Amino acid sequence: MATYDFIFNGLGLREWCDKDATTGPMSMADLLAQGSGGGEGTPIWELPFPSLDALNEACPAIARTRDLTKGVETSFLDIKDTLKIVLDPITQPLSWFLEGALYAFQNTPWFIMIPILLAVVYFASKSMKLVGFVAFSILFLAFIDHYNFAMQTLAIIFVCAFLCVLLGVPIGIAMSRSDTMQRLTIPVLDMLQTLPPFVYLIPLIFLFSVTEPKLYGIAIILYAIVPVIRLTDLGIRLVDKEVIEAAEAFGMTDRQKLYGVQIPLALPNIMAGVNQTIMMSLAMVVIASLVSAPGLGVLVLRGIRNLELGVGLIAGLGIVLLAVILDRVTKAALARVNAASAAQRNS
Amino acid sequence: MNGAAGMEKDVKISIRNLYKIFGSDPKGALENVRAGMGKPELMEKHRHVLGLQDINVDMRGGDITVIMGLSGSGKSTLIRHLNRLIEPTAGQILLDGEDVLAYGERDLRRLRREQMSMVFQHFALLPHRTVLENTGMARAVRGETKADFQDDALKWLDRVGLGGQGGQYPHQLSGGMQQRVGIARALASDSPIMLMDEAFSALDPLIRTDMQDLLLELQEELQKTVVFISHDLDEALKLADHLVILKDGQVVQQGEPQEILLHPNDPYIVDFISDINRARVLRVRSVMEETTAQDREFAGEVGPDDTLESVIAISEGNTGLCYRVMRDGAQVGALEMQKLVRALVPTGAAEGGIRAKAV
Repeated sequence: MATYDFIFNGLGLREWCDKDATTGPMSMADLLAQGSGGGEGTPIWELPFPSLDALNEACPAIARTRDLTKGVETSFLDIKDTLKIVLDPITQPLSWFLEGALYAFQNTPWFIMIPILLAVVYFASKSMKLVGFVAFSILFLAFIDHYNFAMQTLAIIFVCAFLCVLLGVPIGIAMSRSDTMQRLTIPVLDMLQTLPPFVYLIPLIFLFSVTEPKLYGIAIILYAIVPVIRLTDLGIRLVDKEVIEAAEAFGMTDRQKLYGVQIPLALPNIMAGVNQTIMMSLAMVVIASLVSAPGLGVLVLRGIRNLELGVGLIAGLGIVLLAVILDRVTKAALARVNAASAAQRNS
Repeated sequence: MNGAAGMEKDVKISIRNLYKIFGSDPKGALENVRAGMGKPELMEKHRHVLGLQDINVDMRGGDITVIMGLSGSGKSTLIRHLNRLIEPTAGQILLDGEDVLAYGERDLRRLRREQMSMVFQHFALLPHRTVLENTGMARAVRGETKADFQDDALKWLDRVGLGGQGGQYPHQLSGGMQQRVGIARALASDSPIMLMDEAFSALDPLIRTDMQDLLLELQEELQKTVVFISHDLDEALKLADHLVILKDGQVVQQGEPQEILLHPNDPYIVDFISDINRARVLRVRSVMEETTAQDREFAGEVGPDDTLESVIAISEGNTGLCYRVMRDGAQVGALEMQKLVRALVPTGAAEGGIRAKAV
C-alpha cells in the first residue's frame, strides 16, 4: 500500500502499528491516492523522503508532522497559565512605565516639551547645529499634525531603550567576567537577533492581553537589548590587559576594578551599543503597532491596511526623521566620549 | 649598588623550588618534569609548556636584583609570581620568612597594597585619570581621598622630575615622562618592595639611560628592595647588585654581576657577554690584586668602583703602569695595567653556543 510498508513488515512491527490506529483526517494527497486506486510499487525516482508523514502512511502509530506543531501549541497553552503567574507581576512595572511615559510625553504642552527635548539634545551633543536640525524636524512634524504620534513613539523608545541599558549592561558585564556565561549567552543573543521580529509577537499575544502596553514593551526590549549586551561584553574584554594587571597589582578589589577601570575604559563601546539599541527600538516600535503600540507605526499600518498611500508615506517620513534625530544625537554623544578617551589613550 | 662585600643584608624575598607549567593538567606534567623531562619533550608529548623550572633565588633587602633573559625565558612569568598575578604550580615564595602562597584573598590584597608596588613595561597608567590621580592610585585603592594623598603624590612627582605636571593626562606626556609617573606611582605607595617588569625597555636609549640613573639615584636614598626584569645585558650590569640569568625557565647562573662577567659558567652566558663593552662594565675591584703592601711604584690612585675605562683614560694607554686602589683614604689593593688589559679580552665564545651555530 504505502511506500515504507516493507520496513515495518520486515521488522515485524505491523501489529504494533495497527494496534490502536485511528484514522486521522485525510489529506488531499490521501484522497488523490485513493482516487487513483493506490499506486502499486512506487518507482525509485519518486521515492519520498522518509519523513514523519510518509512513515505515518505506512504505520499509523507514528505521529504526523501536524501533531508536532499541534504539540508545541498545546504544550505552550498548558504552561501558559503558570508562566503568566510568574511573568505578570515581573513585567507589570513595564506597563506602568510605558503608560506613565506616554502620559507625560502627550500631556506636557508642546511649548514646554519641545524646549525640554532641545535642551536634552544640547546637553548630549553640545552642538547648536544639531539642536537646529532637531528643532526643525520636530516643528515640521508638529506642523503636519504628526506631533502626538511622534511623541508616543519617542515615549516608548525612551522607556524601552532605558530598560535595555539597565538590564543589558549588567548582563554584558557578567558575560565579560565568565567565559561560561559568554558561551551560554551568545546563542540566545544570536537567536534574538535573527528571529524575524514578527515571530516575537506570536507567543506574547497568547501570554498577555493586547490592551497591555507591556506586550509590545517586551517585544521591543527583547529585540533591541542585544547590541548593548554584546558591546558591553566586548568593550570590557578589550580593556588593555596591562592596565587590568596594574589594577590588580595595586590590590584593587573586583568592585574597584569594575567601576574605576573597566567601565570607564569600555565606555566608548558601551555607548556604541546604546546607539544601536535605540535604533533597533525604533525599528521594532513600528512593527509593534501590529499589537496596538501607539505612535507613527499605527499610521504606517493604516496606510497598508486601507491602501492610503499618502498617510503611509508621510508617517514613514516621520519615522525616518525620528531615526535620523536619535542616531545623530547618540552619535554626537558617543563622539564626545570617544574624543575624550581617544585623546587619553593616544600615548 | 655595588654594596661592599661583607656588608651582608637580610634576605627579603626568597623563592624556593618554584615550578610553573602552563596547560590543562600542570600537576600531572609536574611529575614528568621532576622525573627529568625537558621543555621540548614536555611540549611534544604532553602539550604543556614548561614556564619555570626549579627556581631558587634569594633577594636581599635594599638590593636591586635583576632577572635577565631573552624573551620566552620566563622572566616576566617569574616576577608575576611574587605578587601572585600568576599562581605557581609548585614551590614556595617567602617574604620575610612568611609563605606568600598560603595567603588568603584578604592577606594577598594587603600584600599588594602595602608591601609590593609594580612598574610596567608599557606604563599601564589609567588613561582617564590625571597624572596626580595616577600617582596616588595605590593610596586611593586603600581608601584614601585625593586630599589625603595629594601632598605626598606631588612630592613624588617632584622627585621624579615631573613637578607641575600633576594636572595633565597621561596621553599628554611622552613615553619617558609616563614611565616617570609609573615610578612615582610605585614610590607613592610607600611599599618596601618594587617590582619592575621591563620598566625601561619601551623607551629610547637616551631616555633609558636617564631613567636608569634616576633609579640608581632614588635607590641610594630609599634603599628599596627592587626586582628588575630586563632583556638588556648592559642595563642589567649597570643596575644589578645581584644578577639572575634565566634561560628556558631555568636559572643558568646567578651572583654578583662582575663575578658572572669574569667567570661565566655556561656557553649561553659566554655568548651573551661577548658583545658588551667590558671596559665600561668591569670595575677596578674585580681585577685588582688585594694587597695593602706598597711594594711597587704607583703611577696614581684610583677608586675600587671606578670602571676600567676611566683607568685607561687616566693611564693614557700606557700598559706598563700600576695604580694604587684606595677606599676611604686607605689602600685596599693594587692594579697593574697589564692585568687590566688582559681582563678586557672576553672568555672565548662557546663552541656550541648560539653564535657558533649562527655562523
